[in-house]
Parts: sequence; C-alpha cells; structure tokens
Amino acid sequence: MKIKILIIACMCLSGSVYAGGYRVALQGQKALGMGHTGVAMSDSSEVVFFNPGAMTALDNDFDISGGVTLIDSVIKYQNKTANVSAETDNPVGTPISFYIAQRHDEKLSYGIGIYTPYGNAVEWQKDWAGSHLVNNIELHAIYIQPTISYKLSDTYSLGFGPTLVSGSVEFNRNLSTSLIDDNGNRSNVTLKANNVTAIGYNIGLFIEPSEELSLGISYRSKVDLRARDESADFQNIPTSLQAVYPDTTFNADLVLPAELTIGVSYGLSKDLVLAADLNRTYWSAYENLDVQFNNGAGTSYNPRNYNNANILRLGAQYAMNDDLTIRAGIYFDHSPIGDGYYTPETARADSTGYTAGATYKISKRMELDFSLLLLEFEEFNGSYDYYDQGGTLISFGGDYKSSVTTLGFGLNYKY
Amino acid sequence: MMLMKNQIIKLLSVVTACAAIAACDADFENPVQGNAGNSGDADLSKFVTIGDSLTAGYADGALYKSGQEDSYPAILAQQFAKVGGDANFTQPLVSDDLGGLLAGVIQITDNRLVLNLTDPDSPSPEVVAGTPTTEVMSNLGGTYYSNLGVPGAKSFHLGAPGYDDGAGILAGTANPYFVRMASSSALTAGTTMITDAATQAPSFFVLWIGNNDVLSYASTGGIGVDQQGNPDPSTYGSDDITDPTAFAGVYAGLVGALTANPATQGVLVNIPDVSTIPYFTTVPYNAVPLDQATADYLNGLYAPYNGGVATALGAGSAETIKRTINFTAGQNAVIIEDEYLTDLSGGGLPSMRQATADDLLVLTAKTEIGLGGGTAYALGDNFVLIPEEKALVAAATSAFNANIKAAADANPNLILVDSSAIMQEISTTGIDYGTGAINATYATGGAFSLDGIHPTARGYAVVANRIIDAINDGFNASIPAVNPGDYSTIFVK
Repeated sequence: MKIKILIIACMCLSGSVYAGGYRVALQGQKALGMGHTGVAMSDSSEVVFFNPGAMTALDNDFDISGGVTLIDSVIKYQNKTANVSAETDNPVGTPISFYIAQRHDEKLSYGIGIYTPYGNAVEWQKDWAGSHLVNNIELHAIYIQPTISYKLSDTYSLGFGPTLVSGSVEFNRNLSTSLIDDNGNRSNVTLKANNVTAIGYNIGLFIEPSEELSLGISYRSKVDLRARDESADFQNIPTSLQAVYPDTTFNADLVLPAELTIGVSYGLSKDLVLAADLNRTYWSAYENLDVQFNNGAGTSYNPRNYNNANILRLGAQYAMNDDLTIRAGIYFDHSPIGDGYYTPETARADSTGYTAGATYKISKRMELDFSLLLLEFEEFNGSYDYYDQGGTLISFGGDYKSSVTTLGFGLNYKY
Repeated sequence: MMLMKNQIIKLLSVVTACAAIAACDADFENPVQGNAGNSGDADLSKFVTIGDSLTAGYADGALYKSGQEDSYPAILAQQFAKVGGDANFTQPLVSDDLGGLLAGVIQITDNRLVLNLTDPDSPSPEVVAGTPTTEVMSNLGGTYYSNLGVPGAKSFHLGAPGYDDGAGILAGTANPYFVRMASSSALTAGTTMITDAATQAPSFFVLWIGNNDVLSYASTGGIGVDQQGNPDPSTYGSDDITDPTAFAGVYAGLVGALTANPATQGVLVNIPDVSTIPYFTTVPYNAVPLDQATADYLNGLYAPYNGGVATALGAGSAETIKRTINFTAGQNAVIIEDEYLTDLSGGGLPSMRQATADDLLVLTAKTEIGLGGGTAYALGDNFVLIPEEKALVAAATSAFNANIKAAADANPNLILVDSSAIMQEISTTGIDYGTGAINATYATGGAFSLDGIHPTARGYAVVANRIIDAINDGFNASIPAVNPGDYSTIFVK
C-alpha cells in the first residue's frame, strides 16, 4: 500500500534542485523532498544550512545527517538558421551535505555544516558551435559552517555561522570563433584555480508562535571568490602568436550571490506538515566574468549582468505510520538571466522543479532519506550578444532546452 | 528484520524506478535534427557549376586543396546529396594545401597566404613556404569535372577555343587551371569550358561569371582600358573592362548552351560591387604619419611642382587646388598618379595629386607606402582606383548585372542570386549566420581571405546558404543549410 502510493506520487510528479545561474539547491534530502523548503522546518540537522536559528528547536539533543545526490543533467542547443544542434555530455554530479547539531543546554545549541550550494558541470562537445564561449566548465564551492544557535525566548531563536568557502574551477574555451594552429586545431585556453578561499556567513531567525506554526527567515551572505595568479594554459596557438599567448597566470573574480529566504510551515494535523518558502537570490552581484591574463591576451571582458531572482517553493510531508514519512514538493524558479546574456555555460531558463522524498526509520535512532527531483526548464530562445571579436560584438544564440534529474540518499542519526 | 530489509530494497527500487521514468531527455518541440528536407521541384540529379575563382574555391591568393573542398559548389553538392541530389559531384582538386602551380618544373603561381602576427601591431600576410606539387601540364585524364570553376576566367573565356591548350599559357591565351582539368587531353581535340559543362547535360547548374570582367581592371588600379564599344574580346588586354554588349552576347550564349534542354534548371549569380571588398577598403588614403620636420622637408621637395601647376593652370583654379601638395604634422593623404588630370608632362609636371576619401587604395599599396610611395614619390596608377575609374567599374557591373537579371527573368527554370546584395550586407552590417557573424574587415572579419578579394571558407559557406535559400524559395524545396561556423576563416602562421 505504501509503495503503491509512492509510485503514484512519483508518476504524478514526473514531469528543486537547480536554481538559476550556477546555484545548486540540493542541501538536504528531507528538504529536497519538500521542494527544497526548510527555512521554517526543524526536523533534522539540515537546519544548519536552511535556518541556523532552528537548531535549538530540534527534538533531539544530537542530530547528525549526511547525504549525497546524484545529478544527471543535460542541455540541448539548436540553431535553425545554421541548421546545427548540440547537447552536453555532463559528468554526473555528486554534491554532498553533512550536518551536526548538538544541544548544549536549553538555550544554546551548536553544530557544523559542510555543503556545496554552488557548482556547475557542463561539458559540450569540444569545438562545438559555441566553443568560443565554453567547451567545458567545472565549478565547485564547498562551504564549511560552524554554527551556534541561541534561544532568545520560547518563541524566538537566532542562529549564526560563519562560512569558510573553498572554490575550485576549471574552464576551457576556444580563443575565438576561428583561430587554429598549423595543424588545424582550434586555439583554446584552460583556466584552472584550486582552493580559492573566502569567508561569508549564514544567519537565521526561527519563530514558533504556536505548536503548529513555524516561521523562518535566513540570509546567506554573498561570497567573493577572488582567483589570483592562477593557471592559464594556452593550447594550439599558431607559431607567430606563441610569443603573444604563452602559458600564463590569470586573475578573475567569481561572485557567489547572497540569498534571503522567508518561509512558513504549518502542521495541519499530527501527520501532515505543509511548508512554503520564498527565496530571493541577489544575482545582480554577478556583473561579469572578466578574466585578466598576464600575457598579450590582456583582459577578456564577459559581461553577465544577471538580475535578482525569486524562487517560490512549496512542500508537504505526510507520516504514513511510525516508520515511513513521504514528501512531495514543487518550486518555481525564475531565471536571473536577462535578454542577450544567455550563455551556454549556464543555459538556464525559467524552470519548475517537482520533488518527492521519503524517510524510512530503520531504528529508533537511524533514518534513511531519499529524494528525487525533476527539474524541467522551459524551451527558450536566447542569445549571448556580448562576445567581442576584433572589436565587433557578435551574437551566439539559438534554442535551449535543459533538464535535470537528481536522486539523493541520506542518513540521519539522532538521539 | 528480514521484512524491514525487503521494504528498504523495495523503497529503493521504487525511488530509482521513478528517477528512471522521469529522467527522459529534454527535447525540442521542433528539433532541427530529423528534418531531412527535400528537393521540392528542383531536379538535382546532375549538378554542374561553372565560373571563375569564386566557383573554384580560390582563397588566400591561391587555389589549394582544402579551399576547394570548402568551395560553395562543394558545399551545395554535399547538401543536395542529403535530399537525394547528385552524389557524384567531382572537383579537379589540386595536389596539396600550398596552392602554387607548376608548369614544367617552373612555379608559375604563388602559394597561399598566411598571416604573420609576430608583431601584433602590424599583421602581415606572407606566402606560405614550400614547393608545390600541382603540375598543370599533366592533364587530369580527360574526364568531365562537375565543378568547372577556373580562376581568372572572364565571361568570354568560357567559350574561348585554345583556353585548354598548355602551349598558350605563357601567351595568356590558355589558363593553367583549365589546361589541367579540361576534358581534352593530348589525345583528343580541344574543348572549351562551356562545352565541358554542357556536354555533361546538367539537370541543375550554377553559373557565376563576369567578376573578372571588371575585377581585373579594378584590382590593378585601373591601368587597363574600358573596352565599352569594342565588342571583340580577342583584342582586349588582360586588365581591361569587358564591353557590356560583348558581355551580353557571350552571356546569352552561355545560358543558351546550358539550357539546350529546356527542362534544365539553374542559378545565375550576379557580380558584386568590387569596391565593397577589403582589397579596396583596408589601406586608408590618409594614414601616413609625419612629424613637422619631415612634412616641411617634403613640402620643400614639392614646392616647384606646386608652383609649376599654379603657373600652368592658374593660381586658385579648382584643379590647381586639387593638385597642390601639402604635408602637415600628423596623418597625411598619400600622393597618387591621376591620369585624368590635365597633362602637364610637357612642362615636366607629372599628373599627380594627394588622395581623398573617394580614392580607393588597393591592399598591395601598403607595402609600397612603407617604401616611400605616396610621400617621397607618387603611388602609381596600379595602386589606386580613382573616382573616374570607380565609375567605369560601377557602370560595367551594373550593365552586366542587368543582363544577368534579364536572363534569369526570361526563363522560369532559372533563378537569380544577388551576390552583389550579399557582399553589400557583409561590408555594411555584416552577416549574422546564427552561431556567429562575419564582416568585411580585413583578416579579422572572417568573411574575406588574406588576398582581400576572395571569401574564406566561412564566407563561401554563407554564400552557399544564401544560394540554398534562393533554391528553396524558387523551387519549393527545403534543402538544409550548413553551419558557417564549422568552416575555417584565415590561417595564422
């Protein structure tokens, strides 16, 4: 019976984890089952990420949870004028999350979180039609967040954690739409930066006006990853240009934008909980991805000019019995990318995420979590109009269609 | 415990199954893939092209193998084959990617150009090193080639006897490219280009001829003669403009030969305005930097000329003002020969003046200016196309194009492709081909190869797409286009 319902739920949902840009919203298996809501939930140590203020509201004195999510994503591209199509062969992504929450006393809890809220792994076929913008990119940012939470009153609880961020990126693209070496191989550059560190913070306020109702607000700060003197490897450069384009170092800044979330959860009955979150991601901080090379290549100007964008998240969880809880959710993600700034390395249109999840209680202390996300992006005709080729801006555009499927597993131990 | 384990396994399999069901790929509503296209009313079963260097796939100052493989006829044939068209399109491929020709053991044409960017502020095209292996005196074997593009051919050469006779190469009555590829061989009687085309009885052809009837005059700065009024091409020099009446007669004959079977379909391509190509638009008329001392020195040199002109033509007269040479500190216009000025050579005064924005300096003038041309001495007539010469070129081009249009209009099986408009578009706004764009800027624009006259492979692909568009419109077909971005542009050393 339980299984039938699950199947039905899954079938119905066939149809949030990624958000616009390079945000990867997969920070908790329980939360993801409910449309990645969670700022007003207090059911596991996932709150370290979603709302540090909710740590004091956890039922248990100790709660450790961890999970891994498999991401299968594809971006398809076509241009009718040039009669060309392409699709990515992205490696399967495996972001992890890990949280511990420990009650110190009635007022104070502390914990730590390790999670990867930003990332990107896109691999187009080498020298494809848009290879002057990107051949492949792999971006990771690991956040480590020691956290404390303090109960201000029976109703209000505040949490705070500094985030130590370590980012790595590898990015390859061709130097132009045409430059080749003597053997006809396209000239290209690979940028590599490892362990670029920066500091940010995560702060949250958790409010419990009544037994059934919880409210939450959290803010995660912007983090600026500043790559300095990292490696730029120029390949397949024609002989007469080799003095201009030797392998060199580069400087670049990548912003991981701030995010504000407000949300509410309501226990409709003992078994049924509904949740809703509204995220605002301050993507306007992502103005460009300029790369300053320390050789004759000079500075590559790549304006992005993203817009702030909202995501509405809705979720429900239902306790079937003492052992099994099932979840479902949906979210509506508005693309932060404006007209003319649609690049194939983050080809993300407006999307709708359908999620499902389940928790099975293996023992009194141990729970097994599952999550499933289907993220459907709208088919979108967009272009990037700011590629500078010899002083002329040339456009690269076409139809894009993307989809993401993720499957997550987690364990939650508490006592 | 067993039961629980089973439940977990079931749960896991359900979740995994759900993921598998849901993970169906994203697909486009109207995918370009799978759109096979069709030839509509066009009969593409036997495809022949005939023309000059543009049809041959000439680029970077030479006809080299990979350029031929990316010629617009080759691109068209490849796309035609996708809709059931001629799968046996043949080209007289040269032997290598150097592109130079040998006649006997003597190299008679240069290898292709590559761009040397060692000094990024002064990119310079240079001839690629190497000994070419394409021998024109050994005929390719007396077969009929589908692509009869012959670099250098003018309209009247297509029917010219002897154009295939190797003995006439030095005299200029034969063309080495055609000598090599003509269906005639040592054992058979001579042929002509148009005979080789018509003998193949094409069901569909492209004829793009007439460019050299004006271009050879223009590219040599108008040292030739406008032969308007002289209908006998056998009396023309190699750099002359063809008489429009002669062109009309020749062109009617060519179209007639190709459409001997009235069911034959085809494309007639007209002639671009040569003044839009980078060969004429790259070297500025006024980009010689001088300091005050050098300007003063040069002004001193030309003072006697200025004085002589004023005396002969009257101080303050329009021509005197036009001919008065004056250099200043900063950027200066070059001095050019102008044979349309009043002839004062009897008084020892050459016909020269400083250039204006209306004068088009040819690409090869750049080197000459570096040697002192235009300052220490006047640039020769062969380095500049002056307004009077431009007008002759424009008048002839327009007359030829009117003729080509009339020929297309007269036969419902023929359509016109306006290459003049395509080149105009490239040189003004550039052409956005969907995944990128090309314009007419020399070297960096992507449309024109390093000789400044002929398109790059990418430029040819854009032209091929325009021809495909026209065929699709004119013959109710849906032949797929190519992605010009897949084709190369210039080659950097």
